[in-house]
Amino acid sequence: MSLLKVEGLQVHYGGIQALKAINFEVKQGERVALIGANGAGKTTTLKAIAGLLKLQQGHIFFNGNAIDNTPAHARVGLGIALVPEGRGVFAHLTVADNLLMGAYLRHDRTNIRSDLERYYALFPRLAQRQKQWAGTLSGGEQQMLAIARALMSRPRLLLLDEPSMGLAPLIVKQIFNTLIEITQEGVTLLLVEQNAKLALQTCERAYVLDEGLVSLSGAANDLLKDPKVIHAYLGA
Amino acid sequence: MLLVSKCHFLGHKKLLGLILCIVLFALPFLLDQYLGRAWVRIIDFALLFSLLALGLNIVVGYAGLLDLGYIAFFAVGAYCYGLLCSPQFGLHWPFWFVLPLGALLAGLFGIVLGAPTLKLRGDYLAIVTLGFGEIIRIFLNNLNHPVNITNGAQGITLIDPLQWQSISLAQTIHWGGIEIAPVHYYYFVFLFCTMFMLVVSSRLERSRIGRAWMAIREDEVAAACMGLNTRNIKLTAFAMGASFGGLAGGLFAAFQGFISPESFTLTDSIMVLCMVVLGGMGHVSGVVLGAILLSVLPEILRYAGPLQMTLLHRVWVDPSDLRMLLFGLALIVMMLLRPKGLWPAKHGASTNAPSENTEPPAKNAQHG
Repeated sequence: MSLLKVEGLQVHYGGIQALKAINFEVKQGERVALIGANGAGKTTTLKAIAGLLKLQQGHIFFNGNAIDNTPAHARVGLGIALVPEGRGVFAHLTVADNLLMGAYLRHDRTNIRSDLERYYALFPRLAQRQKQWAGTLSGGEQQMLAIARALMSRPRLLLLDEPSMGLAPLIVKQIFNTLIEITQEGVTLLLVEQNAKLALQTCERAYVLDEGLVSLSGAANDLLKDPKVIHAYLGA
Repeated sequence: MLLVSKCHFLGHKKLLGLILCIVLFALPFLLDQYLGRAWVRIIDFALLFSLLALGLNIVVGYAGLLDLGYIAFFAVGAYCYGLLCSPQFGLHWPFWFVLPLGALLAGLFGIVLGAPTLKLRGDYLAIVTLGFGEIIRIFLNNLNHPVNITNGAQGITLIDPLQWQSISLAQTIHWGGIEIAPVHYYYFVFLFCTMFMLVVSSRLERSRIGRAWMAIREDEVAAACMGLNTRNIKLTAFAMGASFGGLAGGLFAAFQGFISPESFTLTDSIMVLCMVVLGGMGHVSGVVLGAILLSVLPEILRYAGPLQMTLLHRVWVDPSDLRMLLFGLALIVMMLLRPKGLWPAKHGASTNAPSENTEPPAKNAQHG
């Protein structure tokens, strides 16, 4: 059974139809990418799944249950965590407090403690900067913090919006390697990424979005070789 | 020698605390002795404003919700006490019941204000809260007709002081050559309340709900993505902040013995906001510092008249004009030099590991 299933998703922004009819699914343990041009509806799709936008039509099933009307904060409790575009770290909270906010719905203190240690080990830069305000971190560190914070809720599905945005290639590589490591421990990943090549190299499957519709889908390796994809998104 | 060894025994911080305690205890008597009773009253008001500023700090400093009508909650608390402890309705309920009731009622009004404004932020929220403050004041002004509840612009007089059986804080007693007047008693009452609320505030700051308020202030969408029910958390901030104001209002009514809608104008709201911003938003000590400075500074500037007299042998500028001018100037200079407030929060002020923090194991309560 699929962990996430999106059926005929329609979302309007004001008068503009951002998503016309999006259909896709993500299986437990998979890494799936959503790629496409600017304005194709990638971020909108993620926001709709996280519960930040109202659906006009269609359904979202998580773990087999429809969550169309579940508010955003309750979806976190179900196991969906979004790392928003632009990271959204709490600038005037310390790194440690940011991470604790990620565990807001959890009350198992000892496990929270051990998770903190775990993510500090995974991102040593964060450990060094525990007591600093998150706003004082570099872009790459903020992205690491945003990812670690989302993971602190122990999600089953991690939604990542443009993690490579504005970061140096070396940092991007580090972050994506860590992401693969995390998913190997059982977290399912749905990745939205402008950098289509990177996304296809990281993920197992991908959906190509075009003007609010899924125009192509398949295994990442196949899409990497697909002439249409190469022409439109890989720029070769 | 004894003193030195005592210093070692107590440690640096404890000694400082001890000195502070002695100073705070002696302050009203010293002021009374050397500067006159008016100054004890000024310090009383400074403490009352500290309470207000601490309350507004929860809404503005922690949760980041710009509230320009905060004085309305002060009014609610004051009128709650005024109506239930005065000849207005012939009710003389005990203060230990009416003061918490006022805080509770103000908290409810906080929710009433918060609920319709949940989706507003920044300027828009400021305008709506400003309107709310005015609505409350105008209501108080006009609720004397057809049924007289608030006595309109005449206000409520002869409000009971804080009293318990035959002990009343309105008495003056002489004790070993020192005259202890109501202003002294109220000083200690206000001091106790301010200290208590200071502790409550800083505990809140380090608690789970405090972190949630600050997360909403920083980024509401990201906060929702952490599983925060942003609606309820914002309402809690409004209610909690308002209840501080309500308590201060009740104390104000008991202290003054007289309240009228004139005491709850937009200027007062702005003044409290200035205290929070100038002192250092989100930092309890800074906020109290701001409140005390802004209460005391205009009073000090009253001396501008006599000063001109002695220096220039003539009053060139009317001190009442000069006062607000200098006050405004002082605000501008301070904000230019210290844009984050006089005593802003330090990096990492609220850091706490989950094992050592103050949050209660709230999950049980939620499960019911």
